[in-house]
Amino acid sequence: MDFTPQELLIASITRMLRGLNHVAVGASSPIPGAAALAARRLSDGHLRVSVLGSRKNNFFTDGGRELFDCAAQGRIDAFFLGGGQIDGQANINLVGTGGYPRTDVRWPGSFGSAYLYFLVPRVILFREEHTPRVFVPKVDFISAPGVSEPNVYRPGGPYALLTGKALFAFDKARQRFRLETVHPGFSVADVEASTGFEFDRTAHVDVTPAPEPELLALLRGPVRDEVAETYPQFAATVMCGSDDKENRV
Amino acid sequence: MAEHGPIVSLDALAAQVPDGALLAVPPDYSGVAMEATRALIRRGVKRLHLVAVPTSGLQAELLIGAGCVETIEAAAITLGEAGPAPRFSAAVKSGAVHIRDATCPAIHAAFQAAEKGIPFMPLRGIIGTDMLRYRTDWRTIQNPLAEGDDPIVLLPAIQPDIALFHVPLADREGNVWIGRRRELVTMAHAAKRTLVTAETIQEQSLLEDERLAAGVIPALYVSAIAEAERGAWPIGLEGRYEPDAAHIADYVRTARSEDGFRAYLAQHVLAGRRAA
Repeated sequence: MDFTPQELLIASITRMLRGLNHVAVGASSPIPGAAALAARRLSDGHLRVSVLGSRKNNFFTDGGRELFDCAAQGRIDAFFLGGGQIDGQANINLVGTGGYPRTDVRWPGSFGSAYLYFLVPRVILFREEHTPRVFVPKVDFISAPGVSEPNVYRPGGPYALLTGKALFAFDKARQRFRLETVHPGFSVADVEASTGFEFDRTAHVDVTPAPEPELLALLRGPVRDEVAETYPQFAATVMCGSDDKENRV
Repeated sequence: MAEHGPIVSLDALAAQVPDGALLAVPPDYSGVAMEATRALIRRGVKRLHLVAVPTSGLQAELLIGAGCVETIEAAAITLGEAGPAPRFSAAVKSGAVHIRDATCPAIHAAFQAAEKGIPFMPLRGIIGTDMLRYRTDWRTIQNPLAEGDDPIVLLPAIQPDIALFHVPLADREGNVWIGRRRELVTMAHAAKRTLVTAETIQEQSLLEDERLAAGVIPALYVSAIAEAERGAWPIGLEGRYEPDAAHIADYVRTARSEDGFRAYLAQHVLAGRRAA
């Protein structure tokens, strides 16, 4: 069985969406977007998917605020956030590095993270680049905090962190990540060397399971066309289908 | 064209945005008045306080690069799949523009407060972010209705001087059709004046058709409308045309340098209105 690194990531996310009712995906998140659209097909249409910025895969009719109100009502089960920096307490930084406001590197901004991270029960952190410059001991700017004081209303928060090298779970009680699986081609030592924060792990860490054949068929067929509607460049360059041999793991 | 009633020329519309205005603009998926933005840059508008509701792309990028903006308030400025906005990033780093970072629902809530004529809106989340640390206008209070300890953030109302956006369809009475893009309704309700460009201006009142009426902002809220075919270009208009991705990708390459940006402005903005 051969598959691309992106297909492995999509498969990992798809497993985390099993049994949910409604997942929302941001406008610049093609891999989570592809995973959500695939999970919808695997659920026989039970899972609702809202892809922000998509016409076809977005049923909201009450303007930009509806997604946020919907999350506050508890109607969104899972959402995805990334980060230019992510630290070991699951704080995320979408603003920039160095001082503020005159940052050394400036990123687009916090979007809805400062709200959705509090309200969506299963927030999956996703960042493909797994390097010490991304996974830092402490973020330079907190767009959204990983944990809150007990008096703060917070039904939601971090659930997992998926990178190009590994999958972590977030332990809310310990306020730390725990290494769950390492992707094929990488070792626990690789993950430790490329992570700037400390995390928990068991003595033996499994390899991230390969994508299921049923999922691969979806990704190389109908889901690719659905993804192209919102993420045309990603669909054209990454989800190239079965002729794309050199990109395989 | 004789100018009477709400229908005006594009330049007359741009002339209604004074220097120093608090100007509200919509996100890229919602109808961005790019033709009017180019007219604003040509007229040399200055010291804008630009509020993106809640994000912006090439519109904020061009206005910032052209030196029209003193303060930008947004949850994000991004060119989407084309990448980061180069002149925005450069202006923030150099301090040429003052940034007020926000989060999407905070901006929506601040406009909802203005729409209701109330001083603030409470909102969940936000506590523990660095935005809250730097946004000294945002306040945390104890929920006065709770029995126990329950901190909650208050966002002051944002009442823009001008809301500016682009729509598929308007009529001669000044009604504009926005369909499901309801953030435009909130913007128009909150703003002192609303300026609109439209792909098409029709003779028949939009309110006569019950299927359209619920997606209409009535003329009460609309100060002026200018016709602008493909008025969102190079950004798309949902249901009408796609974004010009090749143009935006070219822009990102060109505008990495200040000189490249100046060349882009000269060619695509200052040279005058492109043929539709």
